Formats: sequence, structure tokens, C-alpha cells
Amino acid sequence: MIELKNISKTFKVAKRNAGFSEAVKALFKKDYTYIKALQDISFTIGDGEMVGYIGPNGAGKSSTIKIMSGILTPDSGECVINGRIPWKDRIRHVKEIGVVFGQRSQLWWDVPVIDSFELIRDIYNVAEPDYKKTLAQLIELLNICEIVKTPARQLSLGQRMRCEIAASLLHSPKILFLDEPTIGLDAVSKIAVRDFIKTINRENKTTVILTTHDMQDIEALTERILLIGKGRILLDGSLSELKMRNSSHKTLTVDYTGEKLPEYENMSVIKDLNGHAEIIIDTNLMTVSQAISDISANVEIKDISVAGETIDKTVVSLYKEFNI
Amino acid sequence: MKKYMSFFKIRFISGLQYRAAAWAGISTQFAWGGLTVLMFWAFYQDGKNSFPMTFPELSSYIWMQQAFLAMFMAWFFDNEIFDSITSGGIAYELCRPCDIYYMWFVKNMAVRLSRTVLRCFPILIVAALLPSPFNITLPPNPAAAFLFLISVILGFLVLISFSMLIYISAFYTLSPNGVRIIAVSVTEFFSGSIIPIPFFPESLQTIIYALPFSSMQNTPFLIYTGHMNGADTLRSITVQIFWFAAMTLVGRILFKKALKKVVVQGG
Amino acid sequence: MKLYFKYVAMLLKSQMQYKASFIMTASGQFLVSFTAFLGIYFMFSRFHTVKGFEFSEILLCFSIVLMSFSVTECFVRGFDVFPRLIQSGNLDRILVRPRNEIFQVLTSNIEFSRIGRLLQAILMLIYAIPASGIIWTLDKILTAFLMVTGGIAVFSSLFVLYAGFSFFTIEGLEFMNIFTDGSREFGKYPMSIYGEGILKFFTYVIPIALFQYYPLLYLIGRSDNIGLIFLPLMGFLFMIPCYCFFKFGLRKYKSTGS
Repeated sequence: MIELKNISKTFKVAKRNAGFSEAVKALFKKDYTYIKALQDISFTIGDGEMVGYIGPNGAGKSSTIKIMSGILTPDSGECVINGRIPWKDRIRHVKEIGVVFGQRSQLWWDVPVIDSFELIRDIYNVAEPDYKKTLAQLIELLNICEIVKTPARQLSLGQRMRCEIAASLLHSPKILFLDEPTIGLDAVSKIAVRDFIKTINRENKTTVILTTHDMQDIEALTERILLIGKGRILLDGSLSELKMRNSSHKTLTVDYTGEKLPEYENMSVIKDLNGHAEIIIDTNLMTVSQAISDISANVEIKDISVAGETIDKTVVSLYKEFNI
Repeated sequence: MKKYMSFFKIRFISGLQYRAAAWAGISTQFAWGGLTVLMFWAFYQDGKNSFPMTFPELSSYIWMQQAFLAMFMAWFFDNEIFDSITSGGIAYELCRPCDIYYMWFVKNMAVRLSRTVLRCFPILIVAALLPSPFNITLPPNPAAAFLFLISVILGFLVLISFSMLIYISAFYTLSPNGVRIIAVSVTEFFSGSIIPIPFFPESLQTIIYALPFSSMQNTPFLIYTGHMNGADTLRSITVQIFWFAAMTLVGRILFKKALKKVVVQGG
Repeated sequence: MKLYFKYVAMLLKSQMQYKASFIMTASGQFLVSFTAFLGIYFMFSRFHTVKGFEFSEILLCFSIVLMSFSVTECFVRGFDVFPRLIQSGNLDRILVRPRNEIFQVLTSNIEFSRIGRLLQAILMLIYAIPASGIIWTLDKILTAFLMVTGGIAVFSSLFVLYAGFSFFTIEGLEFMNIFTDGSREFGKYPMSIYGEGILKFFTYVIPIALFQYYPLLYLIGRSDNIGLIFLPLMGFLFMIPCYCFFKFGLRKYKSTGS
């Protein structure tokens, strides 16, 4: 159980101005600006939930993760995780969480991965039978049997990330924080990582909190979404809710033979060149089938596809809506 | 020429950004210089007769060394350059419309000069205000001051053309660390940055003066203090010119050869 | 403790992956301290004594300081490169692990190549022990031993202090080099040669002289005060404020995240 109530955090940042005279001035005096990284953040996450935590860069995602993992102390507000305040009871708290920082490695670079695992086992004081059991499960699910004997530095990014995730789960944490776990991975590794996250959430009832910029991650994994922008929670709801907000626009891509398309009512032709056109319609004003029959009245359609707004675009328009 | 100047400007401004670094550097070097002078003072009191320089000359030498530390520090190398050689990233640099040898040369000059300009004046001013004989004094005459200026530029060029050789060695060894560590300790020792060359045993001094290292900081600082004067000065400046020319020439030749290798092997 | 040795084994294994680089760095370390030795040698071939200390006595002092320093640099290296730990974000990793932070910083890095410097220190000691003409009775051996241990305590404290400062300023850290590298450099001579004021500073503020000048006086028979034997133990007291300062910095890190 994760409970955050009215968490706020402000950072002080030194200002640096361009130009030579400004640089000389800065030798003697520095100006500071205050950035409200988190303002009044509140949410509750139940055991076994899987939550996507999204928002643009600098919105406050990692500050929140840092607070929840006990690295950062907030200025005000309450945060109770499994009955503990993370930054007050650090050692006991971190025994129950696993953290994957997508951009950093926790494996020892020059030794085989399995050696790193064993050291981590000792750091967390995991009993040997438990360790063996967990390791066997992780190796199988992540398909890393072949690579655990290789030094981390020789692994590809996808292989390494699978090992990183395994390393964060060796002590069977109740909560797993994943900070951009699929960043830079190829399609195959991405899918492997996603499948794995789904499995451990389902089988082990691990609570998963995932930050990402990859909307496919969200689509594939999470039912619930927390959208943060400029330090505030903007939306706490399901993925379908998010989609609903912005799904009335459809894009029709048409290949045709014949004259150029005429102007239609309620359709905006955004591209029309050499028999290839893209048209946006608003389903509140006309149906897709109506649009197709209107077009086919003028030209011979060779191929047509209909696409709803992608979740990426939905998020972008949400950002716009909330002015962030 | 203009692109090299703007290179300087960027380095200089970014150097200025780090005010804490500048103050920290200045105070460290000041403490360092002070303790060094006191150490020599201890030796001086026990053995005035064996002291190869006058004490004010020694003080001036040490303070000059601290003020111009960033200019003559042997251990400073640009890791980007090493990386671009060992990782093959140099291929990208080949795309730029400048001569890489000179670009690296200027880059090294810029980093060192910007640091020196930032740091030398506070050190020189405070060191000048110290009580005699621990303070830095002006050169004995205008001629010495003038020759110092020429010599310090040449010494700087000699040092950089030497470090260029170390960079270039990375093309051939592919593990530049070893060469680098050895080069740094040898340079430090023979250039007189551990103890000034006049303090070496006389027999060794003859050998040292035949090496390029004495043409780095030793010559300009000894001219400044007035310890080196007359015909010695002109001879040393000639030697500086020789080493600068020789090492640049060797550097250019080796560099061209190395580049051919890179192009042939595809990096 | 068992875990510590596991870390040691792991780091040793890692560094042995790059044997050539290890040997190069170790010999480099040796060479650097060897030129420092040559500097002293040349000074003494010209002057013979400094403030009443002879060459062998200075070597004794230098080798003890260098020995403490190289041992510290090897095992407390994690604090020496602590700024990197902050900048790379690996401190966050340390904070999400259920172990003491100090322990984890200590085990984040051990620099075995410092053996080069240690070798130089041992060679000088081997030369200085007979050359100094000291009769090595039990009390003298104890003195030398405590000097090295006290030195390790003080240098470790300085590294911890250095790491503590890096929570507040990364660029301004060079300032701390006066105390870390400076203590090694200028500690090769007994602190008394720099004059009364400097000796006081290095006694009461940065307690270098406690494991160096004062016990050295007893070691070379310049003083009969038995208390001087145990003075290096005072170095351990220096650990307390340095440790507190580090903890204070860590608290600040946790509240600002930088």
C-alpha cells in the first residue's frame, strides 16, 4: 500500500546568464531561482496494482520516485509505504522495494552477471533456498540463462536491461519501481521486458510503478495512469478514460485513381498528392462509412485505412489542454 | 585564425562560469606555494652557503610556478582527444574543415590559458604583498621582463608540442595510460616542478639542460627571477625555439602517418 | 565483515580483468613517488640536514606518511572519488540498498594499484630502518606501528571530509586538495620545519603532526616522553567530526537531491 498525501518539494537552482560580463558578475554573485518540483501530490496505490506514471521531462516523475524510494525528503506532506515513512526508516523500507533506473547500471561492469547477483544476494541477506528459487524463476522468465555467465560490459543493452531487472528482484520486493525500463531497447527486448513485467505483477502480486516516455509500454502494461505535469497530478484514471477524452478524431488514408479530391463538408483534407490523400474527420459530425461513401462518389478508391488518434497524440493534446 | 579565436572565447567564458572552482584553485595554489617556500626556507637556514639561488629568487620562482601552474601542469591532458583516438571517433573530426593537429594544439592552449588568466593575478598580487624574502619581486630589469615574456610563450609552446606527441602516441599504443603516466612523472621531474633545476646536483644539470623539459617552465621562470641572465638567456631561448620547432615537426610527421593508418584501416 | 571481503574479491576480480592497465598504473604510482624521493635525495645531497633532521630520519617520516596514505587511498578510495558517485547517480543506488551508507561507499571502490606507492614506501622504510641507527626495541616498533595506523585514521577522515564537501560544491572541491594531497606532499618532512604557525595548524586543525612530527621525536630518540608513542591514536578522534560532517551533507543531499 502506497499513500502520498499533499507532497510538495521545491528546489533551488543557480541561474546562469549568457555573455561575458554576466560570467564575470557570476564570479562574485549568484542568482537563484526556485523550482516547484512537486506541488501537493496525492495518490494511493494498492497492493498488486500496476501504475503508469507519465509526464513530460522535468514534470516531477523522478522526484516522486525518489521520495517513494527514500532517496529524497519532501518539504511537506506525508508518504507512507507499507506502513513506513521511506526516508525515516530507509534500511527497512528499501528491503521491500526494488528499483530499476533505466539509464544506469547496478551490475558490476567487469564481472559475470551471476557474480553480481550473488553479491546482491548477500547485500540483501537473502536466504539461500529463497535465492535459488527466485533466481531460477527470473532466469527462466527473462530468458537470461545463456548470458548470466558473461561480464556485464559485453552484454547488449537489451540483455543488460533484462539482467538489471532480475538484479532488482532477487530479494523479492513487494514494490518495483521501474524508471524508463525500455529506453533505447530494440523491439524484441521491449516486448520481452513488457511480458516479464506483466507476469511478475500477475504471478507474484508485485506492485509495479512504471515511468516511461514510451506510450506503447503504457498501452501494453497498465490499466491505471497517473499523469503529472509541472509538479501536479493532472489525471488519475484508466487508460481507456484517457483515450476517450480525445478519440473523436479519425484519420483516413486513401489511395485512389481519378481527379483530385474536391472540398467536402466536415472533412479536412490535409494532404492530397498523386492519388494519395490524408483526411481527418470528426466522428461527432459524421461517421466513417459516410465519409468513405462520399469519397468513393468522386474517385475510385484503391486502398483505404482508418486510424484513431494514437495515444502519443492523446498525451500531447492533454499536455496542451493542461498548458504544460 | 578567427575560428581559433572563438574557440578561445568559448573556453574562457565557460572557465569563468566556475567561480567556486577558480577561488578554490587560487587558495589551494596559494597554500601550496606558501608551504613550498617555507620548506625551502627551512633548508636555507641550515645551509645558506649551499643554496644555489638567492632566497628572493627562489621565492619568485615558486610563486611564478603557482601562478602559471595551469599553463605548465604536466598532468593535464584532454581526455576527449584520447577517447577520439582510441575509439576511432577521430573519423568525425576529419570531417571538419580544420587541420586536426592545430585544432588540438589550440584546444590545449585555450584550456590552459583560460585557467591561467583566471587564476594568476590574485596569486601574483597576494604573493607580491607578502613580507620579504617570501614575496614575489619584479624582474631585475626591463630587459629581463621582456625576455621572460618571449620565453614564457615559447615554454608554453614547447610543453604543448610535447603533449601533442603523447596524444599521438595513443595512435600507436592504443592504451595511452601507461605512456601518459610515465611522461607526466618524467616531465614533472626534469622540468623543475618538483624542485627547481638549480637544486639538482651539478653533474645532472648538464644532462637535464640537454633535454626538452628544461625549456618548459624552467627557462622563463629563471629569466624572470634574474637567476638566468646575459648570454645564458639568449642561448636558452634559442634552445626553446629549437625544441618547439623539432617537436612540432616530429609531431606533424607522426600525426600524418597515423592518420594515413586510420584512413586505411577505417578507424 | 564477510560481506566486505566479498566486495573485495569482486573488485579485485574486476581490476584483474585489465592486467596491463593495472601494472601500468601501479608502476606509474611507483614512479611518481620515486621522483618525490629523488627530490628529497637531491636536496639532502646538497644540504645534509634540515632543522636538525637527517636524511634517514626524513625518509623514516616520509615512508610512514606515504605508507598510511597509500593504504588509505587503496581502501578508502570510494570517498576519494565520491564526487563521481554523486554525479553518476550511483549514490541513489547506494541509498536504495539496505546497508549502511558508509559501508557501501567504502566498498564502491578499492584501488589496488596503489600498491605501487606502498612498495615505494616499504623500500624507503627498509633503507631508513638500519640507516637511522635506531635500536628497534618494542616501544619503538609500537611507535612506528601506531604512526602508520594513526596516519590511516587521519587520511581516511580527510577523505570522508572531502566527500562531505562534495555534497555542497563539486567545483570548489579542489580546495580540499590542500589537506589531502597537501598532507601527503608536505607531510614528507616533519611539520615543524615549516615553522611554528604551520605546526600548530597541522596539530590542532588538521592533525597531521600527531602521527608524524611528535611521535617521530620519540622514535629517533629526540624525546623520552612516553606519551608521544600514543599520540597518533588521537587521530581517531578526528574521525568523529569528519563523519558527522559527511552525515550532515548526506542529509542535505536527501533534501535537495543534488
